Amino acid sequence: MTFSYYPGCTLKTKAKDLDRYGRKAAEALGVTLEELPDWQCCGGTFSMSKDEIASKLSAVRSLASAKDKGNDLVTLCSACHNVLKQTNDAMKNDPDFSAKANNYMKLDVPYNGETNVIHYLEMLRDKVGFDKIAEKVTNPLTGKKIAAYYGCLLLRPGKVMQMDNPENPTIIEDFIKAIGAEPVVYPYRNECCGGYVTMEDKALAKKKSNKVALSAAENGADMIITACPLCLYNLNKNADESDIPVYYFTELLAEALGVKD
Amino acid sequence: MSKVTKEQVLRSSGVNVLKCMRCGKCSATCPSYDEMEYHPHQFVYMVEKGDLEPLLNSDSIYKCLSCYACVERCPRGVEPAKVVEGIRNAVLRQSGMNHIKAENIPEMLDEDLPQQAIVSAFRKYKR
Ligand code: SF4
Ligand code: SF4
Ligand code: SF4
Ligand code: SF4
Repeated sequence: MTFSYYPGCTLKTKAKDLDRYGRKAAEALGVTLEELPDWQCCGGTFSMSKDEIASKLSAVRSLASAKDKGNDLVTLCSACHNVLKQTNDAMKNDPDFSAKANNYMKLDVPYNGETNVIHYLEMLRDKVGFDKIAEKVTNPLTGKKIAAYYGCLLLRPGKVMQMDNPENPTIIEDFIKAIGAEPVVYPYRNECCGGYVTMEDKALAKKKSNKVALSAAENGADMIITACPLCLYNLNKNADESDIPVYYFTELLAEALGVKD
Repeated sequence: MSKVTKEQVLRSSGVNVLKCMRCGKCSATCPSYDEMEYHPHQFVYMVEKGDLEPLLNSDSIYKCLSCYACVERCPRGVEPAKVVEGIRNAVLRQSGMNHIKAENIPEMLDEDLPQQAIVSAFRKYKR
């Protein structure tokens, strides 16, 4: 199985473990991830304004280059995934925007949202299969109680992201079962940690992050897992009333598959 | 500040404010509710009334986390976050109205802060 892969700027710097373990685990599962040779930083957050064109072009360029490769495009960072997915949706369904974007980019063949963007978790569920993963686990995380943190960007807006039920998701809990651990469901798993507001209002980021981390701990979790470098940062640094550890889900996957160094 | 019009905000956000039935569900679910002077349902209502000036001058526009909770949970599909973003962009597009400045970034950094936060903050708080 071969996919194009969009790592994103954060996975090349502060979130190297999310990327490194994601690649190792994919290899162990017989999946080839081919990094897009000419990807550009997506900008971190999707601009909701319809008249924002220029700031969306880097994402469009990456999407168009994946179309040339002809494989589904796999993302790993929740934020990149959200930006690429929403931009792709606009290229497909907003003719005014796609006409303007194509006009700027001057591609030989216009791009109209043909690339299929899937998150690494969707690749595990829909392409590999959680049952197949469970068979390949050599080092099950038996007895570990793990809280899945979805945050906002993987699930919402639901009609565009289409990963799972945005109010009652199961994909990460099913992942946790596949690696032999026990999922802990808690009320704040799909509420926001504060995200980029840590740059503007630290107190607000702390308040939101503490709510999530304390809610997971109160419901009996030993640890939290996430797909988002900013969630990890907020839940580690800004959730200062809780010391529950936070990991990337790929690190636990690599561990369960016996390929963590 | 030069005049920002209701039409401009509606066009930029793509939101049909007339669909709102004022149930307040968007504001009830907003994680920044306590930090906002005007709440998501008020953005929708005040734009409908053309009462833009208080919104344009309020810090509430910087408190939205773009978490899409209001978008997901509005029973009428109004997408209030897009109205908040429309107002914020109208403000940021006025020259000299950058909410954060590049020279202030270094003091916000710590060794673990992901690039994503910086790139996102640039997109949400400045032109
Ligand atoms: S979301 Fe982040 S990590 Fe992903 S490319 Fe964009 S800015 Fe960089
Ligand atoms: S960083 Fe916070 S804001 Fe971003 S996805 Fe994670 S939960 Fe949402
Ligand atoms: S949830 Fe929707 S309908 Fe209700 S007040 Fe908010 S925008 Fe209006
Ligand atoms: S997107 Fe903004 S306005 Fe809407 S619920 Fe989230 S923080 Fe509140």
